[in-house]
Amino acid sequence: MDEDLGSRLERQIPALRRYAFALARNSAEADDLVQDCLERALSRWSLRRADGDLRAWLFAILRNQFVNAYHRNKRRGTQVAADADASSPAGQDRALELGDALAALDLLPEEQKSLLLLVGVEDFSYAEAAEVLGIPAGTVMSRLSRARKRLREILESGRVPLLRRVK
Amino acid sequence: MKDAPIGEDDLQAFVDARLDDPRRAAVEAYLAEHPDVAERVAAERRQRDMLRDLLQPKFDEPIPAHLRIDTLAAARRERRRGRWQTAAAACVMFVVGAGSGWFAAMETQPTAKPKPMPMAVADEATLAYSTFASEVMHPVEVRADDQAHLMTWLSKRLGHTMSAPDLSGYGFRLMGGRLLPGGSGAAAQLMYDDDHGNRLTLYVETAHGDATAFRFAQDRDMATFVWIDKGMGFAVTAKASRETLLPIAEAVYRQLDTAPPPARGS
Repeated sequence: MDEDLGSRLERQIPALRRYAFALARNSAEADDLVQDCLERALSRWSLRRADGDLRAWLFAILRNQFVNAYHRNKRRGTQVAADADASSPAGQDRALELGDALAALDLLPEEQKSLLLLVGVEDFSYAEAAEVLGIPAGTVMSRLSRARKRLREILESGRVPLLRRVK
Repeated sequence: MKDAPIGEDDLQAFVDARLDDPRRAAVEAYLAEHPDVAERVAAERRQRDMLRDLLQPKFDEPIPAHLRIDTLAAARRERRRGRWQTAAAACVMFVVGAGSGWFAAMETQPTAKPKPMPMAVADEATLAYSTFASEVMHPVEVRADDQAHLMTWLSKRLGHTMSAPDLSGYGFRLMGGRLLPGGSGAAAQLMYDDDHGNRLTLYVETAHGDATAFRFAQDRDMATFVWIDKGMGFAVTAKASRETLLPIAEAVYRQLDTAPPPARGS
């Protein structure tokens, strides 16, 4: 493999790990997803559309693996709080907050959850997010609006304790 | 454009800070006159920022060694080279001891064990399925009429004693099989069909690594269950739902698992 390809892939790993973690809510599982994704990317490199967007391609692979695994296991335990850095009081607060935020996000359908992460956290353009999710580009804004409305309702309903800590 | 009415799309793009200056000013003016909307938009922006902030440390973590591309690419090369070696060794063993030396050879090989890559096996199986399952004239290389000959031939070329699972309980009959290049070693594909013309394949190739559980892969309308067992990668592929395919994959696994093990020692 040429040097350039390796570094192009590697530059995407931190963002892939972040997205995988937000989906899986568990570090080990998230890294398994990323590893599967990268292995697939390496074995399918020649099948990739040359003019396609590398980042969107990788995120789509990872997301498909998550969706397939999710249908397999339906529901897993959530070890976010124990998993995050709890070595300092500040770290504990942060871990709890992150756990709560991801728990709230997890109450959304996977597509809405992915859309919020891709647009809001990963800074995908609306068109790129549509490509990853395999939805018509023209429907992204209305889906995004619905997803944000739903997350807002969840957070404001107090079904997760997060609201108390968010000013 | 500046004067077009403010819509939900504008508000979402405002939350994401993706409006150009004139349009942003227009939205801000609108929000100043609609405090209820302004409150909602502010909440959505706060929640967006909160997620970003909370997830940022994950992005900042150093990449674990086992996820580095160098590591993955090296494992991939190692796996390919390993397949050549085992395939070559197996061919020799097959001639010498009719397969009896297969597992012994596996065990004594001092090579490092790269991580198994079941997903790579799934990809190869899917590619083989999409190539040959749609083939009308020559879906198989050797037809099932002479199953004994077919299995002897594939076993010999693969360096692993193969038997064809009986899937008649699921309505699938063996059509035949073919030999394929799998990565860089030989691979075998057995094809089955049912009365409706649905086709299902069992794809087998040598694969390094420890036994794995079933993994599921979906590629367009093709579903695959893949696993690694006794140094071989197995993939069951069909245009079917996961639920339909799972019991068939389990049946294949059971039948391969209960097949008489190759004679060892003597």
